[in-house]
Amino acid sequence: MKLLLRNICLPLTQFTLEVDVEIQSQVTAIFGPSGAGKTSLLDLAAGLRRPKSAVIQLNDRLLTDTALALNVPARSREMGYVPQDLGLFPHLSVRRNLLFGYKPARNSLFSFEHVVNVLEIESFLPRGVTDLSGGEKQRVALARALLTAPRLVLLDEPLASLDLKLKAKIIPYLRRVRDEFQLPMLYVTHDPAEVAALCDEVLVLERGRFLRRGTPREILDEVLVPRGFG
Amino acid sequence: MSAEDWQIVWFTAWVSALSTVVILPFGLAAGLLLARRDWPGKSVVETIISLPLVMPPVATGLLLLKLLGRRGPLGALLHDTLHLEVVFTWLGVLVSLSIMSFPLLVRSARVAFEEVNPRLEQIARTLGASDLRVFWTITVPLAARGISAGMILAFARALGEFGATIMVAGNIPGRTSTLSLAIFQSVQMGEDGHAFRLLTVSVALAFAAVWASEYLARKKRALP
Repeated sequence: MKLLLRNICLPLTQFTLEVDVEIQSQVTAIFGPSGAGKTSLLDLAAGLRRPKSAVIQLNDRLLTDTALALNVPARSREMGYVPQDLGLFPHLSVRRNLLFGYKPARNSLFSFEHVVNVLEIESFLPRGVTDLSGGEKQRVALARALLTAPRLVLLDEPLASLDLKLKAKIIPYLRRVRDEFQLPMLYVTHDPAEVAALCDEVLVLERGRFLRRGTPREILDEVLVPRGFG
Repeated sequence: MSAEDWQIVWFTAWVSALSTVVILPFGLAAGLLLARRDWPGKSVVETIISLPLVMPPVATGLLLLKLLGRRGPLGALLHDTLHLEVVFTWLGVLVSLSIMSFPLLVRSARVAFEEVNPRLEQIARTLGASDLRVFWTITVPLAARGISAGMILAFARALGEFGATIMVAGNIPGRTSTLSLAIFQSVQMGEDGHAFRLLTVSVALAFAAVWASEYLARKKRALP
């Protein structure tokens, strides 16, 4: 996987998101304090926000190039997005949430049955999403994103709303998804434990700029733990 | 209740329902635009839409009469191109009810659309949905209770409309006479018993409509 985020410029309320980076790791943490611009960066990648300037390319596919007035719409970007609040549709059952973006028969790895089995959500299928617990909702949101057979998964603080006990239950599912589907992921978090458990590389974002990048060990040991992000 | 009375009740109910159906697409479009878009002159459009709520209904009726009369700009056009007569026909009733109830539907639809979390619509797009699919499968279902409440309010407003209707459609028995017009006429002619019978039906219809609207609004508030 190669994700290019070149010449990114997106004015936010308190600062401007200015990023120029190439990402090749399988699971890359976008790590930083609240309000650093992490969600805005994911929104840009997903095509949900229009930058002032940007070149965004995933593998050989150009998605955004403001100089060429090119902006592939979100629906055609083939990115599975799990937002912080999960974005489950409250008026639909779990099954209908999952089927909303499902592309059948494109790849057996992403078949409905396989994804449902990997995340162990079969027993929830007839239920309404408002009846699920926090951890169950996380798994459904993740499954829904996977069922679109995405080329990149964007996870925006997917465990932020869970307590430590639930986080410990969900992290193995995320690991299983990472290993089973071999999908590249951008994983936004401000929790060092999630970085250490799931990510191959860490990019540290503060006030709209990447300050540092490295392996989880390098970053967690040298910079982040003493500063206490979060 | 005589057969004529039931004809009046039936005519009032169906033309009110029809006016609600006619204004629905326009009300949804206006509500959505007002809720989601900003453009120069938006407040002017909002004010114009709300005018029938605050203007005397007879004044609105007079404007419609001048506009839709055979010599009016729109009335002449409709007559010449489609051979349609609006004034003093059931179409006049329909137009009056539609114009007078439109602001209530738009206001409810606007609030309903404003309450839909735009993040859900964005996520639907990342799942491959087109704007149209997002609108019909996410936005409208999530706003449905507010829209339904607005439709019921619009229907109830149409049921009770008087001033604009009498200006545009008159009170022609068997053709344009509605419950409100018939009650007024009965009182004018000293037929108080007849007026009260129609009044009872009118109250029952209005009560049912407003109660249904309150019920939907309560269910909406109770949603998690």
